[in-house]
Amino acid sequence: MLRNPQLNAKGELQHLLSVEGLPRELLVQILDTAESFAGVTERDIKKVPLLRGKSVFNLFFEGSTRTRTTFEIAAKRLSADVINLNVAVSSTSKGESLLDTVANLSAMQADIFVVRHGSSGAPYLIARHVKPHEHVINAGDGRHAHPTQGLLDLFTIRHYKKDFSRLTVAVVGDVLHSRVARSLIHGLTTLGAPEVRVIGPQTLIPAGAAALGVRVCHSMKEGLKDADVVVMLRLQNERMSGTLLPSAQEFNKHYGLTADKLALAKADAIVMHPGPMNRGVEIDSNVADGPHSVILPQVTFGIAVRMAVMSMVAGGG
Amino acid sequence: MKLLVKGGRVIDPASGRDAVGDVAMADGRIVEALSGKPDRMIDAKGLVVAPGLIDLAARLREPGYEYKATLESEMNAAVAGGVTSLACPPDTDPPLDEPGLVDMLRRRAKALARARVYPVGALTVRLEGRKLTEMAELAEAGCVAFSQADTAIENTEVLWRALQYAATFGFPVWLRAEDVWLAKGGVAHDGEVATRLGLAGIPAFAETVALATLLELVRATGARVHVCRLSSAAGVALLRRARHDGLPLTCDVAVHHVHLSDMDLGFFDPQCRLEPPLRHPRDRDALRAGLADGTIDCIVSDHTPVDEDRKHLPFAEAEPGATGLELLLPLALKWGVQANLTLAQTLARVTSAPARILGVDAGRIAPGAPADLVVFDPQAPFRVSAQTLKSQGKNTPFLGLELAGRVRATVVAGNVVYEA
Repeated sequence: MLRNPQLNAKGELQHLLSVEGLPRELLVQILDTAESFAGVTERDIKKVPLLRGKSVFNLFFEGSTRTRTTFEIAAKRLSADVINLNVAVSSTSKGESLLDTVANLSAMQADIFVVRHGSSGAPYLIARHVKPHEHVINAGDGRHAHPTQGLLDLFTIRHYKKDFSRLTVAVVGDVLHSRVARSLIHGLTTLGAPEVRVIGPQTLIPAGAAALGVRVCHSMKEGLKDADVVVMLRLQNERMSGTLLPSAQEFNKHYGLTADKLALAKADAIVMHPGPMNRGVEIDSNVADGPHSVILPQVTFGIAVRMAVMSMVAGGG
Repeated sequence: MKLLVKGGRVIDPASGRDAVGDVAMADGRIVEALSGKPDRMIDAKGLVVAPGLIDLAARLREPGYEYKATLESEMNAAVAGGVTSLACPPDTDPPLDEPGLVDMLRRRAKALARARVYPVGALTVRLEGRKLTEMAELAEAGCVAFSQADTAIENTEVLWRALQYAATFGFPVWLRAEDVWLAKGGVAHDGEVATRLGLAGIPAFAETVALATLLELVRATGARVHVCRLSSAAGVALLRRARHDGLPLTCDVAVHHVHLSDMDLGFFDPQCRLEPPLRHPRDRDALRAGLADGTIDCIVSDHTPVDEDRKHLPFAEAEPGATGLELLLPLALKWGVQANLTLAQTLARVTSAPARILGVDAGRIAPGAPADLVVFDPQAPFRVSAQTLKSQGKNTPFLGLELAGRVRATVVAGNVVYEA
């Protein structure tokens, strides 16, 4: 009953729901496949016919222009037909249930559902109810997971650092609410990164975080020391002042990435951010635009990673 | 009507009796011996004959939630589970805060002639935690205790006054211990599992903070408080000390929390969305130990039928609760076997102990006691399935599992109300 629901009986990727539970070989295979697509995205004719005739439904129960767009571009480069549904403002607002929405779209011959939902675990519910030839890709569910973001972060780190076995990675900010952090942490521990740190005030670090295989630090001084990779998390506007934090300014002072603080990390450290950034809150502009930043390459790699995932779940046979 | 249950292993937890024998009943009561021939005989050879189960928490969903379950469906479930008396919490729609509602519920239940129903009245109007209900009126209409169901009283002054007022009349107050603010928005135990799954947590100290407040108010008012659905190891420890100090407290645990922990959430199984949340395996073990040493008096089903539509949702959006009337006996037996207890010791937690808390003359097999019995085969296995559950709610984390303990007959007031 507790078989990993994202793998089929042969251990291949049936859905992509979470980075957690993906075996190391499969993770490496996804990254290698993405590597091969990275070349495609640089060609003049940026299309391969792997998903020709297949339909990809972008099912976003929660708004996100950027993630939806990168999935759309990735699907089109694989020659799939893409249908964008902004369900946040259509059927569900009329009272239709999540499973009814999916059943209706399924009747329109979908092959891949790219799902974003505000509730943790929603893509699991959908994956349990779709037909065997339909695939679900989680594009972010609640605080739980954002596996394609985690994978593109891993891809970026591998691109610049080659090897995970000696890396110190620091993940900074609102870990409590971050699906990006969870997905990246699972990937890093699976690929053997020896030291993953999370840095933030106690109010933004979830209970039992150490069980994820990370070291919890409450100061940048401790957490950034000799880091090879610094991943800044987005701080949502509504969490900048209230019971979790007193103000954006105070957060910036203690946990915002400035050039001074970055100097604590290794000289060749890279700086990442899943976007969209709050300049002057979690990251200063001179760092975001500086020589250590790989924030824009992350976006480019994201397309190759999403092509890899879609081709692996639906491209066979 | 004269009824004879013949040749069974008669277990009476209240007296410690455990011997093969007959139980005779006439005019709704247990009698020493029948004068003349019985009207009906049940052959209980090879079966256990015990007092009917008493469940302190079973939602019947009427009035207001008939699409989830009806009195009829849930009363059938009760007797199929060997439950002959049950207390129903006031969280109906409207809540049980008026004598008329209580009276109607009791009359409807009586007309169905299955299990005995003891309504628990609302402690505050509409369960809003602001104004006291007319407790004396409600008691007259048949309420055996007063409670807030799963809605906490935020305002500690209201809680204090409610306990004072109830203590004046000697009414028992049944409360869950959960701090509203610390539990707000949470759907799972705040720990490693919730962190991994990205679910908003309810820390264990949401229970102990509220429990500490409640214990101080019990000290101040002398109210008879029954603590419902304890969920954490720290809560058990706090309660153990308070009982040791001699506070007038009793306590129950839901049968799910005796067997499950947050590990059972698996990949977001909405059947494990419960209130209070399933906590760490260490908490579960402490609850079991508390139950064994008497810190926790009894096990309840916390029966909550939920319709499929409200369960087929992402975990946090799914309605909490599980059906339980028909699983109380087998799950209690399972715990007893695992805890190395005798059948009499195990059954005490679902018969004599809850009877004492309910303050009714039931839960024992002795001449003069009400003729409420369950006849069951403790070894007979069965698989929990939507098809076999009589409850309209098919929502349980135990779906598909094999359990032991099948009810063969249930007797209420000397009438055979269920047979299989």
